Amino acid sequence: MTSVILTTTARLLHPVLLITSIFLLLRGHNEPGGGFSGGLVAASAFALHAMAHDARQARRALRIDPHVLIGVGLLTALSAGVMSLAAGAPLLTGLWTSVHMPGLGEWAIGTPLLFDVGVYLVVVGITLLIILCLSEAE
Amino acid sequence: MIPLAIVVGGLYAAALYLIGRRSIVKLVIGLALLGHASNLLIFSAGGVTRGRPPLIRPGDEALIAPYADPLPQALILTAIVISFGVLAFALVLVHRAYTAVGSDDVDAIRTTDA
Amino acid sequence: MKPLLVLPIILPLAAAAGCLLAWRSRVAQRVIGVAGAAALLVAAVLLLQSVWRDGVQAVQIGRWPAPFGITLVADTFSALMVLLAGIVGFATSLYSLASIDARREQYGYHALMNVLLMGVCGAFLTGDVFNLYVWFEVMLIASFVLMALGGERAQMEGAIKYVTLNLMSSAILLAAVGVLYGLTGTLNMADLSVRVAARPAGGVMTAVSMMFLVAFGIKAAVFPLFFWLPASYHTPPAPVSAVFAGLLTKVGVYALIRMFTLVFTHDVAFTHGLITLVAAFTMLSGVLGAAAQSEFRRILSFHIISQIGYMIMGLGLFTAAAVAGSVFYIAHHIIVKTNLFFVSGVARRLRGGYRLDGLGGLYRDHPWLALMFLVPALSLAGIPPLSGFFAKFALVRAGLAIEGYGIVGVALVVGLLTLYSMTKIWSEAFWKPAPGNAAESPAPPMSADARLMLVPIALLALLTVAIGLAPGVLLELSVRAAEELMNPAGYVTCVMGEPS
Repeated sequence: MTSVILTTTARLLHPVLLITSIFLLLRGHNEPGGGFSGGLVAASAFALHAMAHDARQARRALRIDPHVLIGVGLLTALSAGVMSLAAGAPLLTGLWTSVHMPGLGEWAIGTPLLFDVGVYLVVVGITLLIILCLSEAE
Repeated sequence: MIPLAIVVGGLYAAALYLIGRRSIVKLVIGLALLGHASNLLIFSAGGVTRGRPPLIRPGDEALIAPYADPLPQALILTAIVISFGVLAFALVLVHRAYTAVGSDDVDAIRTTDA
Repeated sequence: MKPLLVLPIILPLAAAAGCLLAWRSRVAQRVIGVAGAAALLVAAVLLLQSVWRDGVQAVQIGRWPAPFGITLVADTFSALMVLLAGIVGFATSLYSLASIDARREQYGYHALMNVLLMGVCGAFLTGDVFNLYVWFEVMLIASFVLMALGGERAQMEGAIKYVTLNLMSSAILLAAVGVLYGLTGTLNMADLSVRVAARPAGGVMTAVSMMFLVAFGIKAAVFPLFFWLPASYHTPPAPVSAVFAGLLTKVGVYALIRMFTLVFTHDVAFTHGLITLVAAFTMLSGVLGAAAQSEFRRILSFHIISQIGYMIMGLGLFTAAAVAGSVFYIAHHIIVKTNLFFVSGVARRLRGGYRLDGLGGLYRDHPWLALMFLVPALSLAGIPPLSGFFAKFALVRAGLAIEGYGIVGVALVVGLLTLYSMTKIWSEAFWKPAPGNAAESPAPPMSADARLMLVPIALLALLTVAIGLAPGVLLELSVRAAEELMNPAGYVTCVMGEPS
């Protein structure tokens, strides 16, 4: 049962939700937000897609198998932890460096951001795995 | 503090009552309430403080009392995320068990008991 | 070597992530699963070696100083437990190659097994009570899915009981952690050890310790909280129940021993007296329950319970010799019990079921399998010169040394009854002629799968014999572990730094 109103709204909201999720992910270090909430918002974009069309369409829109997404996320978060081991510090110690971006000035980039990206991917993967599996079982 | 203690006690009582029921669905609801009760217990045991957030203001050197203890909230947040995952699993399990057994009565799932 | 401390957590996590990346390929998942377990085993050996050489080690995760951050600590006891987890994990991953069906593998069996190992190792290594709760949950969620994976009706029924009781125990543990934090203002175990000892002994702390006893007691399946275990452990496939039987309940025992040697030693007469009483009833009820059973894995499940009694008996007696006996017993039991469940899986593969009346003639058809059953079975009953004899001997001697004649009497009687159960399995499954007309026909040769399943069984049986013939190594380790447990000062100094 696809409704025109829902599919149109879902199509319009899809990019907005994804951009919001990345915004939440990036501001998360010092302000409310972060990988977990960002991931949930991103997952909701695809969940909305699944509701407007069906689960198979949502899988196609996602392009990547949620299992793989979880795996990549876990490895990303793990690599953030292991980097500090390689630098001789205890696991998960934050390492920071500053990068000069043309037009944007100095940016501080560190392993906590990488860890958050990993969390983001894991949350997107797990939430979508649950939602898609359940809606396909209907 | 007293109202919080009453709420925690009420939640525990409701949870145990539901867990004691024969319906598996109510059992799962009971388990969810049990988790909430424990979370609120941490909250009250950790000491509820009416005060400022535990942040050092610009210009200050240290925290000024009274400030709220952030740790119980961090613990509860972790516990909530965990119970979210576990309950999602428990619901699917109940659904699968219902299709396998054909009943949500705990008395119907005694074939594996010794 | 600080990285060694985190490897037992990182390696299984990386292996699980690798399995997820290779979601479409069964072969790749199998390779990664075995490689992860093998890497864990190697890391565990190195960790134990390093702890043996340099003493207790701690690492502050994220460089947050104790007691504010999460600390990982490895003393001899933790390192030994991690090694046992590595041995069981590796043996099981080999066994699973032959015994787990393709459908379960497709649904992520190998990834789940590695997550389970990560949770177990995390629980052994953490030095923070709340972190201990988190690792318990990691382990439980993986075990929930492994328990239900496959979706057979018996599995569903077993899983509901297993999930319910374990969730209740987690809720109690969480509440206990919260109250303990309210009382002491800290979650770091070393810091707790100091602060609880500094408080005037009182009823509130004893009440909190009882909450921990109940929470870990459910997970360890002690009397009278064990009923979920024999109702669920015999439902999943053999390698899954082998890991559950070998490792999972022992994590509960580990947590009991850790908390009741490091933190709750303010009222030993009451708390440890109660633990001794619980130990006696656990031993008796487990072995009597087993006597009434006539299914291979149910008998073994009830024996887990009675063996848990021995492990916490040493904790209850609370002398260095007794705790050393407990540590030795845990090590012996993990290897032996895993192996017995492996054998039950082979028996099912050969005869099609676990019920003893449907089994039979296995000695005539497969004498080597019979021998490999006999080694862990006799070891479980405590026949010299196998590992179980020295484990029981150490506990009994420690009990006699402090004149605990009651508990020693119970332990000896239970040993005899264990022998009764093992001879029952032996005569029913191996010695009596095969039921029906299979008795006359020549034995069909073992399939390649079943022969592969014998490899980990043989490895663990050899280990049992080796411990029996040269008990000195494990005994020395246990004594050192017990000394560290009974004198927590070294542990505390290592975590908190030198007192200033």
